[in-house]
Amino acid sequence: MAYVSLILGRVGKAVIVLLAILVFNFFLIHAAPGDPAAVMAGEAGATDQQFLDDLRERFGLDQPLPVQLWRYMSGVLQLDFGYSYRQQMPVLDLILERLPATLLLTGAAFCISLLFGIIAGALAAMRAKRPSGSIIMGLALLFYATPLYWVAMMAVLVFSVTLDWLPAYGYSTVGADYTGLAHVGDVAVHLILPALTLGLFFMAVYTRMTRTSMLSVSQQDFVKTARAKGLAPGVIQRRHILRNALLPIITLAGLQAGQMVGGAVLTETVFAWPGIGRLMYEALMQRDYNLLLGIFFFCALLVILFNMLTDVIYRLADPRIKQGAT
Amino acid sequence: MTLLSSVTGRLTAAALSLAVALPAVAQETPSSGGVANVAIQPEPPGLMLPLVQNAPTQRVAGNIFEGLLRYDADLEPMPQLATSWEISDDGLTYTFHLHPDVTWHDGEAFSAADVVFSADVFLRETNPRTRAILDHVASIEAPDDETVVFTLKQPFPAFIQAFEVGTLPIVPKHLYAGTDFYNNPANNHPIGTGPFEFAKWDRGSVIELDKNPNYYEAGKPYLDKIYWHVIPDAASRAAAYENGTLNIMPAGSVENFDIPRLAKLDGSCMTEAGSEYFNPFAMLWLNNREGPTADKRFRQAVMYAIDRDFAKNVLWNGLGKVPNGPFSSTLAAHDDDLQPYPYDPDKSRELLAEMGYKGEPVRLLPLPYGETWTRWAEAVRQNLEDVGIDIETESSDVAGWNQKVSDWDYDIAFTYLFQYGDPSLGIARTYISSNIAKGSPWNNVEGYENPEIDKLFAAAAVENDPDKRQAMYDQIQQTLHDDVPLAWIMELAQPTIYRCNVHDLITTGIGLNDGFKNAWIEQ
Repeated sequence: MAYVSLILGRVGKAVIVLLAILVFNFFLIHAAPGDPAAVMAGEAGATDQQFLDDLRERFGLDQPLPVQLWRYMSGVLQLDFGYSYRQQMPVLDLILERLPATLLLTGAAFCISLLFGIIAGALAAMRAKRPSGSIIMGLALLFYATPLYWVAMMAVLVFSVTLDWLPAYGYSTVGADYTGLAHVGDVAVHLILPALTLGLFFMAVYTRMTRTSMLSVSQQDFVKTARAKGLAPGVIQRRHILRNALLPIITLAGLQAGQMVGGAVLTETVFAWPGIGRLMYEALMQRDYNLLLGIFFFCALLVILFNMLTDVIYRLADPRIKQGAT
Repeated sequence: MTLLSSVTGRLTAAALSLAVALPAVAQETPSSGGVANVAIQPEPPGLMLPLVQNAPTQRVAGNIFEGLLRYDADLEPMPQLATSWEISDDGLTYTFHLHPDVTWHDGEAFSAADVVFSADVFLRETNPRTRAILDHVASIEAPDDETVVFTLKQPFPAFIQAFEVGTLPIVPKHLYAGTDFYNNPANNHPIGTGPFEFAKWDRGSVIELDKNPNYYEAGKPYLDKIYWHVIPDAASRAAAYENGTLNIMPAGSVENFDIPRLAKLDGSCMTEAGSEYFNPFAMLWLNNREGPTADKRFRQAVMYAIDRDFAKNVLWNGLGKVPNGPFSSTLAAHDDDLQPYPYDPDKSRELLAEMGYKGEPVRLLPLPYGETWTRWAEAVRQNLEDVGIDIETESSDVAGWNQKVSDWDYDIAFTYLFQYGDPSLGIARTYISSNIAKGSPWNNVEGYENPEIDKLFAAAAVENDPDKRQAMYDQIQQTLHDDVPLAWIMELAQPTIYRCNVHDLITTGIGLNDGFKNAWIEQ
């Protein structure tokens, strides 16, 4: 029961936080110089007052700011995120159209980085005093320190331009119109470079953290006890050390997962991946207020959801953690 | 940072001098088939060209929509939807005879009523540039289905230049008459008369156009499909061209420093043709209202201080042209005898001393259109500091630049404008005092007021005698050259890079914006 009321309390707080974020973002966006009408008039290369007035009236920008805020918030409370005048589509449609591509990319990067990061970190911990362990840590340090966009561009140059093994950009082959399994395979091939690029940094982080955490756990008394009672070294590593070393990894994974919607701007840009990150960047440049607020809302929502999920997983990983202890 | 700033790169025109114009093999007979894979950046906000006057929209939708005329590299009119036309001797009546066999992409017949609706109703409401031109028009009538007659209030010789697809696109009356133009469902599936039809748009990825099988010019178009690839990063676009995924890179899709490399690849061609109608012209707004820039001597000092040849040769790969005054050298009205301001820092310092400039800080606003423009602002800053001007650079994104220029919140600001082939269409707007109004980055932003110039521009626009008109334009150029309302820094080149097996890609002065109806690929 305590568990349920804890969750309910969390949800209540989350709603308040979300609304506060929306209001804050609303004023933040409007504080930036320029508005969508001016941007569109600027791009037209010619404009007059009538053109600007028409645009502002259609966008509702001729109203005082509090009225605009009220209109927007009352729309959101009815799950209506407004209309992107720039893209001439409802915001929700735009976001839902681009969301699958982003979740596929960030989800794949998340799985790759978590899986390979923990394996590499565990190996490095077990071979802490051998050259192979040093090599793993050296690589991890390299990936940790290399800027994402550089890795992305080098990957394109090597694997697409020089070797011609993988497509340079995009979500699927233009004009191929594959269906069924062929389409899945096509998307998967396009996914490899961006997902690896995006995953490399976090993979390096997980590797370093897993190793450190495992080494510190392996010094503790219960590990000595396990050894003393004659358990096999592999079992000790897996069941005793690794499991106890996982808590900080879970914390970090929760943070990474929270960034899944908006955290791939650079990767999506370099690989022309049709996702939310790019949509957000363009909306920012074009002062597409409704669209930008909508994306911020989804990002905030996801962060909150994953924070809650992380708490739940803590309890599963370590039953000693109880309500109030976090 | 290269990556992010290049995302906003809109016009990054330039290139190098080994330009290969249309190759000699273009004489061969065109063959049908093949696909054009073209880079487009940024992604257009919509494809309803008569509603959205945005560079990428014009580029893609110039294949879907058509105007009555097109223009060759000398801006002489060529037939399109109109097969022939007459202008009365008094310059007041323009009669167009339309092609009889044209159908819209949805199968409806095209007629003179569509032209009247487009010019008289649709574009007057939606397009500020066309609206200004149509102010000269008293009436638009269709005596029969194949004839349209424009009657002008007074002669306006530049009017014949106003019928290309970006300025006066013809809209399907049967879909738009009596509707809310901005929320018409046809906006998401534009219907035109052009050589290619809208097929599909995967937002963020690709826009697909199909060959119009019922196109009224027999045998055309030759290409089966055009794919417009949306790739936001310039380095990724270059890689896609290198590995053969893309075969056409329009001006602005390649960063300047990368143009020599891509143009030199095996089987890669480059042309500067196709911007004759637009004449993109880079300038520095100089705020004529207040601060040191309000003094004519200061503005002249700026002209002497800037090393324009350096910028052309180093930043723009030697492509483009250093202008001698306010008119682009490709305009018929250009005065060839005008002497350009030389690079003369000493003369500049003299002028500053004479006016008593004491080192008051001057704000410089760069144009946030990518790497080349950023470097250019740095070069200009260095030139101006060399003669003792205290420069503070203010950075912003495109929206912020727009806002500052529109609100006159600058001392010196980079910009570029199209001159549209005629002074009354693209130049007068920058200098006449009736065009001073906050809220637009494209009007008389510098605040120059000169009654004599106002009178001359007004008279020249409606003068039907070419010699008298030229005399007035010569006088205008001389006066502006002396007054320096703003600094003219470069006539920009717009190089297109493409695979050499693509032929007849650019056949008019409107360039890629005119559509791909003549383009064919050697199989």
